[in-house]
Amino acid sequence: MNNRLYGNLIFELSKEGRKGYSLPTNHFGNYEIPASICRANDAELPACDELTVVRHYTNLSNNNFGVDTGFYPLGSCTMKYNPKINEEMAALPQFQNLHPLQPESTVMGAKALVLFLEESLCALTGLAHFTFKPYAGAHGELTGLMTIDNYHRSRGDMARKKVIVPDSAHGTNPASAAVCGLEILEVKSDANGQVDLVDLKRLVEAEGPNISAMMMTNPNTLGLFETSIPEIAKLIHDCGGLMYYDGANLNPMLGVCRPGDMGFDVMHINLHKTFSTPHGGGGPGAGPVGVREGLQDFFPYVSPHHGNFGVMMRACAYILSLGGEQIKNVGPLATLNANYIKESLKDVYELPIDGLCCHEFVFDGLKDKSTGVTTMDVAKRLLDYGYHAPTIYFPLLFHESLMIEPTENESKETLDNFIAVMRKIAEEAKTDPDEVKSAPHNTPIGRVDDVLAAKHPIVTYRALKNEEVKE
Amino acid sequence: MYKYFPQTEDDLKVMLQKIGVASLDELYTEVPESIRFRGDYQMPHAASELEVRQVFEKLGNENKQLTCFAGMGVYDHYTPSVIPNLLQRSEFLTSYTPYQAEISQGTLHYIFEYQSMMAELTGMDISNASMYDGTTACAEAMMMAVAAGKKVNKVLVTGCMNPLTYEVLKTYALHQNIEIEVLPIRDGTTSLNDVKVALSQGGVAGVIVQQPNVYGIVEDFTGFAEACHEQKALFIMDSVAADLAVLKTPGEWGADIAVGDGQSLGIPMQFGGPYVGYMCCTEKLIRKMPGRIVGMTKDNRGQRAFVLTLQAREQHIRRQKATSNICSNQSLMALFVTIYLSLMGKEGLKEVAQLSYAAAHYLCDELLKTGRFTLAFDKPFFNEFYVKYDGDANALYNRLIDAGIMGGVRLEEGLLLAVTEKRTKEEIDNLVKIAAL
Repeated sequence: MNNRLYGNLIFELSKEGRKGYSLPTNHFGNYEIPASICRANDAELPACDELTVVRHYTNLSNNNFGVDTGFYPLGSCTMKYNPKINEEMAALPQFQNLHPLQPESTVMGAKALVLFLEESLCALTGLAHFTFKPYAGAHGELTGLMTIDNYHRSRGDMARKKVIVPDSAHGTNPASAAVCGLEILEVKSDANGQVDLVDLKRLVEAEGPNISAMMMTNPNTLGLFETSIPEIAKLIHDCGGLMYYDGANLNPMLGVCRPGDMGFDVMHINLHKTFSTPHGGGGPGAGPVGVREGLQDFFPYVSPHHGNFGVMMRACAYILSLGGEQIKNVGPLATLNANYIKESLKDVYELPIDGLCCHEFVFDGLKDKSTGVTTMDVAKRLLDYGYHAPTIYFPLLFHESLMIEPTENESKETLDNFIAVMRKIAEEAKTDPDEVKSAPHNTPIGRVDDVLAAKHPIVTYRALKNEEVKE
Repeated sequence: MYKYFPQTEDDLKVMLQKIGVASLDELYTEVPESIRFRGDYQMPHAASELEVRQVFEKLGNENKQLTCFAGMGVYDHYTPSVIPNLLQRSEFLTSYTPYQAEISQGTLHYIFEYQSMMAELTGMDISNASMYDGTTACAEAMMMAVAAGKKVNKVLVTGCMNPLTYEVLKTYALHQNIEIEVLPIRDGTTSLNDVKVALSQGGVAGVIVQQPNVYGIVEDFTGFAEACHEQKALFIMDSVAADLAVLKTPGEWGADIAVGDGQSLGIPMQFGGPYVGYMCCTEKLIRKMPGRIVGMTKDNRGQRAFVLTLQAREQHIRRQKATSNICSNQSLMALFVTIYLSLMGKEGLKEVAQLSYAAAHYLCDELLKTGRFTLAFDKPFFNEFYVKYDGDANALYNRLIDAGIMGGVRLEEGLLLAVTEKRTKEEIDNLVKIAAL
């Protein structure tokens, strides 16, 4: 990684007169675009030869960290290995060249893959139908909530506009509910980190006829299985609401327990988490939504075609590779890895809720708070040692949340090395706290000034140049 | 054990012992037995890598490869070979959202470049880090206009909007309690007078138009922005990204928000996705814009650095009060577009536009010469146009399919045809020959 030599923007490598493309000759005669419909000035795009472009982006990639680079224990994100065969299959020209509006008789192979994926997801979740239109997890949440809202509307049950969301829920849950035009009722967590049944009963009694749904992820964001789930589902169903499963934490349930059997009616799946499709620096993902029999008529039209088909193809390759038997090992092995790290570190990091976790768990910072070393500092110090940081400051239940999810793909040696480094950092916090607080030291750039970025936003090259002129 | 699972029998023994349980099964004592899954999944057996390949190749051969003259939002432009190659750099491919700026400068850097390029292309001040696709970006723009307005919930939408986009708008509007009023189609275009009349009724948060519109027509939006701003409504333009290389930009038309799909910038059609939506707006609206934004800053060593910024708008902080529930971008596809625009530059983009324009107009002329087709509207078009057919349009469409040609999209009394720089003169002449039969 080298920011000093390769920190240029592509615009700064541009030189008029260079080009990085070649196009066919125009054989169609003299058709000129009339000036009356044209823009006055050209877009200021870079002029670069091909090698300059290739080298620039190759060097940018060297300033990045991916799952292929090293251990990526980012809680809640399920950063599992993205198999190479998936990539190659998704790139097959027989699929890449299909226009989405081609007639059905010409896309039988593509349709067969969609059907295979639907049948597989139904088998794994215990639900009956899936729509593949949602492009991402949050888009899936919105689609699922719209499905539920459409269902209530179809019965003329117009009062059901409130959604119960645990206080430990992913931030997207309340945001998706709001975009769906629904109001949020927050239910508290109890001392064990689980949905507080007393608080839930109070909400159901007070708001029963207004409740559209309850959104949950199980295991929850603390990595704990919500043991009372059958009782919770009964409470919600009895008052006329539906149960929504946020599939963000589905991975540890593969081979163990199906959302349909837990009592959920609607769910989304993040194919980019549980089904090994790459996160791509933040997308594209895919968030198919599954429902119980009878609810499929209420799927909304949230995108025009077949969803992120390229992502779905990768998930198909993963499912085919594992088959019904190996996929059963995914959940237990992910859970094994998480518990192993937890047990190996809980004497130096604060474990607020002891006991078995599923695929992930949350520490509330270092056990010894006297050093002043925060979760942020630990995260940044991990970067120095060649690890991606865990998810930090989420969930909001604790002040110093440090959320670790190793996935099933990591070896005992990788985990042991990570554990050793985490222990070393805990030691450094006592012996040399400044070294930890000023970390990272070995990365292409140091800690960034977030306040400066937000106070005076410079978000384009044009603005950056204007700024340089001013200075 | 299995190629993706590195745990040996010995590892298992040691790890379970450390945890204090006797078996993998015991890790799940919290799951009530009544809901434990003890059966077998109704799924095939594990396939070897060779077998996976065989399945895909067999299914791939069940698809029919057509010469594509279809558009309606998805265009068959050429992908330079550099792009898929660089997109497979696993440091890009297998990373996540750049939360840790110190080891994510690659992603943050290219998103900053993407934002800069999209702002240039649309002629707008700023761009976000990208969205799912053009249709959802348009829906987000609609919600943004309503949220930016004061107690107004009506949005005017051109009647010349792609019906696929319109369906998505309707879905979001239903649940957001937004009222959509569709403007009449006047000779294949939107009329300023209709806009003014509808605006004068009051309560309008935004006006959404499309360029080129669903018939491929390049519309004249003179006076639209002024009419909107007089009534405190936002002017929203949904445009085909590649066409903006030459067409008058949303910025020049006075748009407040520019959205659309970036698929036309060389992204393969791949049966509908992934593509990339873009959203740009005026500086004034930056804090109302949904989605991720990357900004410039400095690190503690004084170096220029890039970072996710203005996150106070976003769902992980604002939860139900966020500007949108979107919590990611379409990052890898934004990288796709950034590399495409870096390779093509302004000259390459213009050449693609000119080639597509010439090829489309040549096809149109040749079809008209057969005497069986008429251009539905006498208006300027770019690389997509709507022709009426004097015979059975369904039979014509099917005849073309049988000949290995996707002869556009069936629309009303004829075909909506699109041509890109990928189509050769021979392919076009062949289509005309079969269509003339």
